[in-house]
Amino acid sequence: MKLDNNFWTTVKKKYSIYLILVGLFIVCSLANPNFLSINNLTNISRQLSVTTILALGATMLIISGMLDLSSGSVLALAGVFAVSTYKATGSLLLAVAVGIFTGIICNAINALMISTFKAPPFIATLAMLTVARGAALLYTKGQNILQLGNFVELGQGSIGVIPIPIIFLVAIAILTWYLLNHTRFGRSLYAVGGNEEAAIASGINVHKVKYTVFIINGIFVGLAGVLFMSRVNAGLPNGAINYEFTALTAAIIGGTSFSGGIGTVGGTLAGAFIVGFLDNIMNLNNVDSYMQQIVRGTIIALAVIYDIRSRNRRANSMLGKVQDQGAAKK
Amino acid sequence: MKENIKLRVSQIEKSFPGVKALDKIDFTVKKGSVHVLCGENGAGKSTLMKIINGIYQPDSGQIYIDEKPVKIGNPIQARTLGISMIFQEMSYVPEMTVEENLFLGNLPVKRFGNVNWKEVRQRTQELLVAENLPYSPTTPLKDLTISDIQMLEIIKAISYKSDIIIMDEPTSAITLKEVEKLFVKIRELKARGVSIIYISHKLDEVFQIADDITVLRDGTVVESHPKEELDIETVIALMVGRKLTTTFPKEQVPIGEDMLQVENFNYPNLFHNVNFHVKKGEILGFAGLMGSGRTEVMRSLFGLEPKTSGVVKIKGQEVKITNVQQSIQHGMVMLSEDRRRYGIIPMRSVKENTTLSNLKSVFYSCRNHKKIERKLVSEILNKMKIKTPTIDTPIATLSGGNQQKVVLAKWMLRNPDILILDEPTRGIDVGAKYEIYKLMTDLAKEGKVVIIVSSELPEVIGMCDRIYVMAKGTITGEINREDFSQELIMRYATGTLTAGGVN
Repeated sequence: MKLDNNFWTTVKKKYSIYLILVGLFIVCSLANPNFLSINNLTNISRQLSVTTILALGATMLIISGMLDLSSGSVLALAGVFAVSTYKATGSLLLAVAVGIFTGIICNAINALMISTFKAPPFIATLAMLTVARGAALLYTKGQNILQLGNFVELGQGSIGVIPIPIIFLVAIAILTWYLLNHTRFGRSLYAVGGNEEAAIASGINVHKVKYTVFIINGIFVGLAGVLFMSRVNAGLPNGAINYEFTALTAAIIGGTSFSGGIGTVGGTLAGAFIVGFLDNIMNLNNVDSYMQQIVRGTIIALAVIYDIRSRNRRANSMLGKVQDQGAAKK
Repeated sequence: MKENIKLRVSQIEKSFPGVKALDKIDFTVKKGSVHVLCGENGAGKSTLMKIINGIYQPDSGQIYIDEKPVKIGNPIQARTLGISMIFQEMSYVPEMTVEENLFLGNLPVKRFGNVNWKEVRQRTQELLVAENLPYSPTTPLKDLTISDIQMLEIIKAISYKSDIIIMDEPTSAITLKEVEKLFVKIRELKARGVSIIYISHKLDEVFQIADDITVLRDGTVVESHPKEELDIETVIALMVGRKLTTTFPKEQVPIGEDMLQVENFNYPNLFHNVNFHVKKGEILGFAGLMGSGRTEVMRSLFGLEPKTSGVVKIKGQEVKITNVQQSIQHGMVMLSEDRRRYGIIPMRSVKENTTLSNLKSVFYSCRNHKKIERKLVSEILNKMKIKTPTIDTPIATLSGGNQQKVVLAKWMLRNPDILILDEPTRGIDVGAKYEIYKLMTDLAKEGKVVIIVSSELPEVIGMCDRIYVMAKGTITGEINREDFSQELIMRYATGTLTAGGVN
């Protein structure tokens, strides 16, 4: 009976987020017949892919004990640079490269401020948020860039029935999973976030880890910028405002711990889809958009409370196990 | 006789998910006496104390104070009942000042609910003067050493004017001189009729201060006697449930050529002109008082505080070590004194903590070789007798001794030539201590070098071939095994004797 109990606690602890996602999916399908239509589902996934890519970068940063508030703004800056590159050259490849390059530069500066100059990540990336948005507006003189021709294919096109942004999302999710689980970098990331001083004393090159994670985040943000501008078919210097918060929300709901050292790709994906489904069903049922914000905020609060409570439970069961060690010594 | 009993717990039981932590505990503390609780980590001492302090509720059983049944729902109720507790592992706000810390949770207020800072200042000054401590009430805690902060905690508990004071390992971080001060204080409190429950692993101390000794093992009271009826050997045997033959598994091994030479090692304001060497097969001790610069020398050597000058030679080759990676490359590793701060990644698994410094052996050819990693970890855990439910258990859930052994296992996987141990046995139980001593001997036999920094003199005397003593940031003496004595070490450590006297 005890084993049974343990089994269920493990299942509950490990998979509760996925159960919630499935439950929500069923509730949404029942709440509105349009929810399950192919049209609606592809639409959700297109919208979700941009913020979810940001959320995957955010997850790695939070695991390592940092965060990025600048991702929405850097996305816009990278996006407008990519759009104008495309307009000038007609080369999609070059446009993507410029977008990614912009993301990398901005995030390398984030890493410089945080790792080299020891600025708190919150403040450093808040500064970057402001600077990048300003740069995007300055560069475009506050005007949207329009008439992009075939640029739209990337964001709105499909390969077979699968929308292109989804392909990018899946590729990035697999890449992130691989990095976290199968590389020294990933293992170091958890260690740095879990206890930076112990990581240093264990011979982990913390500077390198921090720069690397920001640069990877930069690649994700840059790519997200291209996908976003392509989907809306314009260069919007004021686009993607508050996307960084959507990304953080997904990561938090997905069980990534702000104390660092804990987080998974699966959790973040589930978190992102929970937020996406909720937004969508509220839209379909004409819930007031202000009301939607309240619902979203409430869910973040609940997710964090849940996280803290389960951490306390962990702490309590820790004590039990310490005693267990004593008993085992017989 | 009866009215002499201050605190009595009767048939206390407490279970945590899956384990029985306390099983029908009976325990009495007499008025104006010191009752020492002994037991290995995980024996249930801390759980029992947390029940008496109201942090946990017992599943069954009853607590009596002055033979009246009481219910202690939380630490604040405990305080009103005259119970206060000094915790083993302090948590404090570094920016908080001495006076704020002393009156935390107990700030005197004026009529409108605003804090009476004048009174705080005055009472703090009184306390500091009474205890003869040289800090200003406005010094932030971050500017004090661990031992200063521990003394403050003790003063704080005393300032509540409690009748029952629980001290959980109060001497684990303070210097010998302060221990003496603490003992004087304890005797004073005793004379005033205060009852003290004292938990410690340091048995020599226990026998200095105890009136009664109770030994716990696996959540039950093994035996409880007045001190006079027990001796150290018996207590150890009761704690571990077996008789340890020798406390220190020291063996003589052949000494080889120089492994590590340090010449004119300097770090502004921390240490100066440090010269020492250590030969293959040697176990070298670094003794000295807290703050004498021992830890700082080792941390610099290991690349954690790289702003140094001087020459470091490993196997005769001069090396430049500016970070930990380089040190590891040269076969030199270090176990830090503060396990929770520099040793473990608390929420990650035993497995991940074990392979953390050896990632290349399990991450190669573009993937994590899970089977190899599990095998590697299981083998080293078995070899070092580390007890963990599974290797995927978060390390924070293990007992202190087992955590320490996992950190050691991490370094053993690197197969180091030079192992620096900074206070390796602080706060861990007798069994784990013995395992660590055994490991040191094994390494010496393999021709490796072990450097041990320790404040526990019996430990350095028992295990080392040679001891350097530091005081005020430099080496004041070097003593060979045949000349070891506590007195000689203390004379060097306190600066009453300097190098050249005995060599």
